[in-house]
Amino acid sequence: MCLSIPSKVVKVSDDKTMCTVDTMGVQRDANLMMMDDDDVKIGDYVLLHIGFVMNKIDEDEALSSIETYKEILEVMDEEDRKRAILEDDECKARSQQYVEEIKS
Amino acid sequence: MTKTITIAHGNGGEENNELIKKIFYKNFENDILAKSEDAAVIEDGKLAFTTDSFTVSPLFFPGGDIGKLAVCGTCNDLAMMGAKPKYMTCSVIIEEGFSTRELEKIVKSMKTELEINGAIVVSGDTKVVPKGAVDKLFINTTGIGTIEHKGITASGLKEGMSILVSRDVGAHGATIFAAREGIELASSLQTDCASLYPQVRALMDSGINIVALRDATRGGVSAVLNEWAKTSDVCVEVREESIPVQEEVRGICEMLGFEAVDLANEGTFVLCVNKEDEPKALEVLQQTHTTSAVIATVSQQHKGRVILNSSWGTKRFLDLPTGELLPRIC
Amino acid sequence: MGLELKNLYDDFRDGDTIKAYAKIIAEDAKKLKKPISIMEVCGGHTHTIMKFGLPQLLPANVNFIHGPGCPVCIMPKERIDHAYVLAMQADVILVTLGDMIKVPGSNGSLQDARAKGADVRFVYSPMECIKIAEENPEKKVIFFAIGFETTTPMTAVLVDQVIKLNIPNIFFHINHVTVPEVMVELIDSRDVHVDSYNNQIDAFLGPSHVSVISGSKIYDKFPRDYGRPVVVTGFEPVDAMQGISMIVKQFVEERCELEVQYKRVVNHDGNLKAQALIEQYFEKMSLFRWRGLGNVPDSGLKLREAYKAYDAEVLYKDVLPIAEIEDHKLCICGDILRGMAKPQECTIFGTACKPTTPIGSCMVSSEGACAAYYKYGNLI
Repeated sequence: MCLSIPSKVVKVSDDKTMCTVDTMGVQRDANLMMMDDDDVKIGDYVLLHIGFVMNKIDEDEALSSIETYKEILEVMDEEDRKRAILEDDECKARSQQYVEEIKS
Repeated sequence: MTKTITIAHGNGGEENNELIKKIFYKNFENDILAKSEDAAVIEDGKLAFTTDSFTVSPLFFPGGDIGKLAVCGTCNDLAMMGAKPKYMTCSVIIEEGFSTRELEKIVKSMKTELEINGAIVVSGDTKVVPKGAVDKLFINTTGIGTIEHKGITASGLKEGMSILVSRDVGAHGATIFAAREGIELASSLQTDCASLYPQVRALMDSGINIVALRDATRGGVSAVLNEWAKTSDVCVEVREESIPVQEEVRGICEMLGFEAVDLANEGTFVLCVNKEDEPKALEVLQQTHTTSAVIATVSQQHKGRVILNSSWGTKRFLDLPTGELLPRIC
Repeated sequence: MGLELKNLYDDFRDGDTIKAYAKIIAEDAKKLKKPISIMEVCGGHTHTIMKFGLPQLLPANVNFIHGPGCPVCIMPKERIDHAYVLAMQADVILVTLGDMIKVPGSNGSLQDARAKGADVRFVYSPMECIKIAEENPEKKVIFFAIGFETTTPMTAVLVDQVIKLNIPNIFFHINHVTVPEVMVELIDSRDVHVDSYNNQIDAFLGPSHVSVISGSKIYDKFPRDYGRPVVVTGFEPVDAMQGISMIVKQFVEERCELEVQYKRVVNHDGNLKAQALIEQYFEKMSLFRWRGLGNVPDSGLKLREAYKAYDAEVLYKDVLPIAEIEDHKLCICGDILRGMAKPQECTIFGTACKPTTPIGSCMVSSEGACAAYYKYGNLI
């Protein structure tokens, strides 16, 4: 429940008990004894906790979450834009400006 | 105060301040000491005078060693008072059995750094103690310099002023943790340990008025901002996303549960200038490090405190770090 | 587009996404029939919520109750004293994880013991015990094990290695506890002295790293038998906001379910190998006293009978204190751990009790509610 961090596997030991993981350019060794042999491969994303690999990170689920967030932001942006236009239309100062622009 | 001294009392944060105030300041009381700046200003503002002891472990780390640190640490304290480092002393306490070759290497590092500062060692002392009485090597350096920019003080901050940092933060602390036995990390991270006088000189030459200057050593940027907020009785409001942090320092902070602003630096300083001097100051800083940035403004919101403003509209206090920095677990 | 490591950090901390969820929650909360209180059980969640200022983003009718998910905070004083007593034994090197060092016992903390000359080492990983034992063959290395299900399998791996490699001088003092039992205790206490029906917990933000190991199956009973929705949530601020949003939606839509927000690492079954390791070396104790909560049945673990030769509690039972020790009378950590009080309601919060002079564990541990409030909680 505490500090467990996502890292990328860059090396696996021959006897499959240890691996080397990378977290933003910082590398350290991690223990694989909580994972089955061949479960973890180079390039996998894993969750690290007190020097052990706890589990793999499901890339598809991660990407799916990120996609969800993008969609939410797009909907928000769309609503914000509509609101901004509406506010703009209703803004007295703006309409005065339009009037002047049309005149000129 | 606790009955016995704990490691936390040496952390540069809250406990450290308590130790200094309740035992040392109380007994050595005088006006100059009470100012508690990076260096003491003596002889009517003409000279800056300071001392520092170095006990870093390991002795050699990526980008430096205890020797380089010993010269940078003290010369930087002088530079932070707007003084040009001139004369230094060097006292060493060596553990029996220490390698002569390593000692020579360390002293050579000191020589290189002295040249950068334009300072010379004029006096010193050497002691050798039995095995176990010290951990390999402890160095103390004392420095004296001529003040070239007067009026730099922690009590000069006023509302509206700008605060900048000279480069990305936390590199030294992160490097030391990474190099320390027991936590094996392999990365290309290096300490930021460097002599700051050349940069300070450049700032002085550019004609801006330096209001406050401090290198962010123990306790990191967090300690500096808090000290300034308290001493000047103002509020320092930091834009959290503007604090520059190297990827790898981020990585170590993630792994060990630290905050980069709490980590020690040995070649990074925080600068306060008037708002109108901000663009020029940034320009000068950028010439040495492209990671330098404007990170905060001075306000009256919560006097004596530092506020972190997040990019999503929340805020919280950034307090002095406490305790011994431990990797967080569960 | 492929996944990069940066995405796993940045995208789940994105300020705009956090703001977007705040809007969604605010909109949905308008439709709530009554205010809801969500317990975040896990200290890590408390920390995230406070550090990122999330309460500042939520509407008034959505509240947090901070739970007992801090394995150091819930250690009763007498067990903390065990660590101190073991550390002070002449031939012992006491090894434990970070936060235990500062927790105050009756005679002081492990940090105090170290200042008095005891050999106390804090480690990042339990496996470091092996090196310490090799370098100190004449000493007994006692691993003082703490933590929830997240950390228990790592201790099990160490036990496994100690046996397989025949290491003669590593022993264990086990203080591992489990989370579902205490969650039940909070809403349906079996202790006759506790009126748990007075609690306000409407839903749980489920501890997720626990369920990386145990699977989300451990929370099945909460919606089913206790009518409390559970959303198993990650630790980044976007995760937390999404989790809260999912809970609010359940109430608005009148559902009561177990959902997983933290899908990228949590599944129903969990890490079976880790579960097997725990099963092999540990068994449940019928009673384990949780600080502030009293005895929580079936929540504590101990080494199985077959491994008692490695059990420091057995080996040192003559010197280990057994009397229950109550906390300082002004300390209300117990109520805080139950979600019945907030840290600021404690009369000594921030004055006599601060991280530098902690009276109770909640202030010392970085996962404790009091420490989180002290550090981040004076929200403006």
